[in-house]
Amino acid sequence: MTELPLIGEASTVAAEPPLAGARIGVVTFPGTLDDRDAARAVRLAGGTAVELWHADKELGDVDAVILPGGFSYGDYLRAGAIARFAPLMSKIIDAANSDAKLPVLGICNGFQILTESHLLPGSMIKNDHLKFLCRDQVLRVENSNTAWTVDYQAGQEITIPLKNQDGQYIADEKTLDALEAEGRVVFRYVGFNPNGSRRDVAGISNAAGNVVGLMPHPEHAVEAGFGPESLDGVGGSDTDGLGFFTSVLTKIVGGK
Amino acid sequence: MTGISTGSITDGGGTATAAASPTAAPGAITQVKKFNIDTVEHAAKTPDTELPWAELGLKQNEFDEIVKVLGRRPTGAELAMYSVMWSEHCSYKSSKNHLRQFGQKVTEEMKKDMLVGIGENAGVTNLGDGWAVTFKIESHNSPSFVEPYQGAATGIGGIVRDIISMGARPVAVMDPLRFGAIDHPDTARVMHGAVAGIGGYGNSLGLPNIGGEMVFDSVYQGNPLVNALAVGVMRHEDIRLANASGKGNKVVLFGARTGGDGIGGASVLASESFDDTKPSKRPAVQVGDPFAEKVLIECCLELFKGSLVEGIQDLGAAGISCATSELASNGDGGMQVELTSVLLRDPTLTPGEILMSESQERMMAVVTPENVEAFEAVMDKWAVEYSWLGEVTDTGRLIITWEGDVIVDVDPRTVAHDGPVYDRPFARPEWQDAVQADTFTGSVQDAGRPAAPAELAKAVTELVASPNMCSKSWITNQYDRYVGGNTSMAFPDDAGVVRVDEESGLGVALATDANGRYTYLDPYHGAQLALAEAYRNVATSGAIPMAVSDCLNFGSPEDPDVMWQLAEAIRGLSDACMVLGIPVTGGNVSLYNQTGSTPIHPSPVVAVLGKLDDVARRTPSGWREDGQAIYLLGTTSAELDGSEWANMRGHLGGQPPKVDLEAERTLGEILINASRDGMIDSAHDLSEGGLAAALVESALRYGVGARVALQDVLDRDGVDLFTALFSESQGRAVVGVPRSEEVRFTDMCTARGFAHTRIGVVDAASGTLEINGVESLSLDALREAHEGTLPKYFG
Repeated sequence: MTELPLIGEASTVAAEPPLAGARIGVVTFPGTLDDRDAARAVRLAGGTAVELWHADKELGDVDAVILPGGFSYGDYLRAGAIARFAPLMSKIIDAANSDAKLPVLGICNGFQILTESHLLPGSMIKNDHLKFLCRDQVLRVENSNTAWTVDYQAGQEITIPLKNQDGQYIADEKTLDALEAEGRVVFRYVGFNPNGSRRDVAGISNAAGNVVGLMPHPEHAVEAGFGPESLDGVGGSDTDGLGFFTSVLTKIVGGK
Repeated sequence: MTGISTGSITDGGGTATAAASPTAAPGAITQVKKFNIDTVEHAAKTPDTELPWAELGLKQNEFDEIVKVLGRRPTGAELAMYSVMWSEHCSYKSSKNHLRQFGQKVTEEMKKDMLVGIGENAGVTNLGDGWAVTFKIESHNSPSFVEPYQGAATGIGGIVRDIISMGARPVAVMDPLRFGAIDHPDTARVMHGAVAGIGGYGNSLGLPNIGGEMVFDSVYQGNPLVNALAVGVMRHEDIRLANASGKGNKVVLFGARTGGDGIGGASVLASESFDDTKPSKRPAVQVGDPFAEKVLIECCLELFKGSLVEGIQDLGAAGISCATSELASNGDGGMQVELTSVLLRDPTLTPGEILMSESQERMMAVVTPENVEAFEAVMDKWAVEYSWLGEVTDTGRLIITWEGDVIVDVDPRTVAHDGPVYDRPFARPEWQDAVQADTFTGSVQDAGRPAAPAELAKAVTELVASPNMCSKSWITNQYDRYVGGNTSMAFPDDAGVVRVDEESGLGVALATDANGRYTYLDPYHGAQLALAEAYRNVATSGAIPMAVSDCLNFGSPEDPDVMWQLAEAIRGLSDACMVLGIPVTGGNVSLYNQTGSTPIHPSPVVAVLGKLDDVARRTPSGWREDGQAIYLLGTTSAELDGSEWANMRGHLGGQPPKVDLEAERTLGEILINASRDGMIDSAHDLSEGGLAAALVESALRYGVGARVALQDVLDRDGVDLFTALFSESQGRAVVGVPRSEEVRFTDMCTARGFAHTRIGVVDAASGTLEINGVESLSLDALREAHEGTLPKYFG
């Protein structure tokens, strides 16, 4: 169990019952950057954030897990390729594939780790324009039945930040066809494809819908005054990303 | 012989390595001594040995001084230490006599919030509620020209370690950049490399990049300026100072291994005196590993949280030489270090090279024997390599041994603090009068000054598309401004704003500014103008300015003209700080920025930090609400000399805009009060590009237009429309006032006797910027011009 010092402590505000009973684990790998942000998002949604350390041998008492963004182990090899072998990852993979179907959300580097772990198909390569890109991105929620999207409407457009270097989603045509046929393309880029992702795919799920990965960052659009609307004034709202975190709480507490 | 053992410190020279992990795969490296070690004993016996002091950058008088201090010739290792610590970069030998003014011209008002002043790695300012903030700006200019990516990346790395060394969690970075002419073929190389390096390194640390500057000018062609600022926050009790106290405490080096990078002159030592069996050329630019730095940050914060270190120092310029001598001389005694205990990337390094290596991502700490175990547990958790080098002594000497043989035996103060200090001759350049007499108005370049509505519209569009005034989003979109979730405002607003306390909303605002052209025309006032603008930018965001950090980028101090510019700039800055009541808490001097005998424009980059009790009250720069009143605060004179307009026409001469620091203070109070009491919804300061630039930027910020009429300003100030739009008179801002607040707001300005004029209203539906006397400007066309420039040149 890691202790996070100073600002952004994950445990500063106690959540209200009954949602507070929902415990969402946030994994920190060496090189993880957005772990405090993901924990804050869980708290703001009303849940309890639980800090998880990559080297932990057991998953412990959590109802869902978030793999946050960053550059795990520096991502010098291939994004997520080393993190996938962390001791805690094997527990997460087992729990995600178990009958209990542990909800797992991979954001950015977390998405990359999920594909490296084969919890999700396909892979991410360098952006087609070869640069790191930070921008506010409009997404369409294509599937509102996953563990992480039930609080959205299908077809709803949301604006959340995108920031990455290796965000181009690729998979073979057959996989892409299957993902589309099975409703597993959960998010699509709207208006502008920021990295050359195949078929504008921004995020996908596994067949059961408990594991979701996406490149943009919902945890950076959860608080008034600190989201895309306040920082960049691009429209939408500061809190379009909050639905990810309320969705999983709805799922856990409501037992949907 | 040194092998790798685990966790042994009892022999004083053992080394340790972290537990196995996916990243740590060190093989046992066996040190093979391929060179003759120049011991202190040997040096005493061989006084006549020729040493390569000149190649290491020392002057004859400096070498003689070293011999005098030691009472014998220095050993090779000692020579390496002195040469690098007495360099201009580390010793400030040319600027020290002038920099003293920052410590002398200090009032009680300036001292009240200063917890740690200039001299430590970075000054510390009290934020209240038990919070403290530390920030510093530094240069990484020459490495960024030689190897732009790594130079800029390691610039970020170094400044961030300075912040960690104070016990703070870094929370944001900023980058003021100055490149050569935008259309010069080499500019793209430097620009692409530096921006990618800042992004590649900074983005991997999880630090939002919240602002900076970008200037193109051919004077920076061979000397781009890549400055880096970092800000960190801490609780008062966490302030750490770089000193080695307590006899028997252990000295530990941790982080990356020491390699041959960044050695520069040290290879001279290797090739000339000690070794002829290995390659003599070492890369002089350091190579960064942001992942190592990120882990180092977290690891240090965990050490601080557990109170596991007594003193800490980052390894930057001059590496172990600097860290050992500074820790020892700032402490209360001496230090004994076994150099073969240093973990190496390259086992062939000589003692001198190990002492001088500038390998990145390393820290040195002093740990009590009781905390050794807990310290090692933190290292193991984060898989950070470390080795125990020695301990603190009470001898007053810094003693460094190589397998037990003494190779350095010095008073650490003589290395770290008692370096040479020069009173370099300086004099007002002969050409200064001629430059100041050459005003823009009436010059050849001023021919055909726009006056008709169509000409003025074209001029405004040309201005906002010009290299220095165009949108910087091509750069800032390559930086992460969101990470951390505490960024409340970032580029292109006037200041970056970061929340510090999530409960109360307490936060800080930061801005950096410099105008090399103003400073060239008048160094004393030019430096003051840089401070005034940064101060104004911070106040514009609604924050109360509290502290200053400066990065003084100048040419060669051996040129009396340049030395005069430096002396005048420092005098100007220190005088202005007194008037504004904010202290300089740290900074950096970068000299020899010149190509041949042509120096850069004197470029004092000034960073101002301010405080917001609640970042929710910060004022953004753009208009949003339809029907709000737009006010121009301050008065406008005909001040076009040194302006962006004159620059676009290829003219540089005359006098920079007049400085009025009292007016800046009053304007600041108005902007801060208006923000606190909710009287304004937007504010944008006027600086480069004048009112024209401010109006266009306020409109483009959120894509909301306005109708503007300047007749009252023209009548009151006695200027024509062109001057009102393009003059760069200081102490001005444009604010957006809700109708319901107009009376309160104007009453406040009147009570303070500050000029204010209602110049227009926000017009959300129009999609245009309408200025009476100027042809209608469509926001779409302005945006295309404003945002098209950088992509056009850089892809």
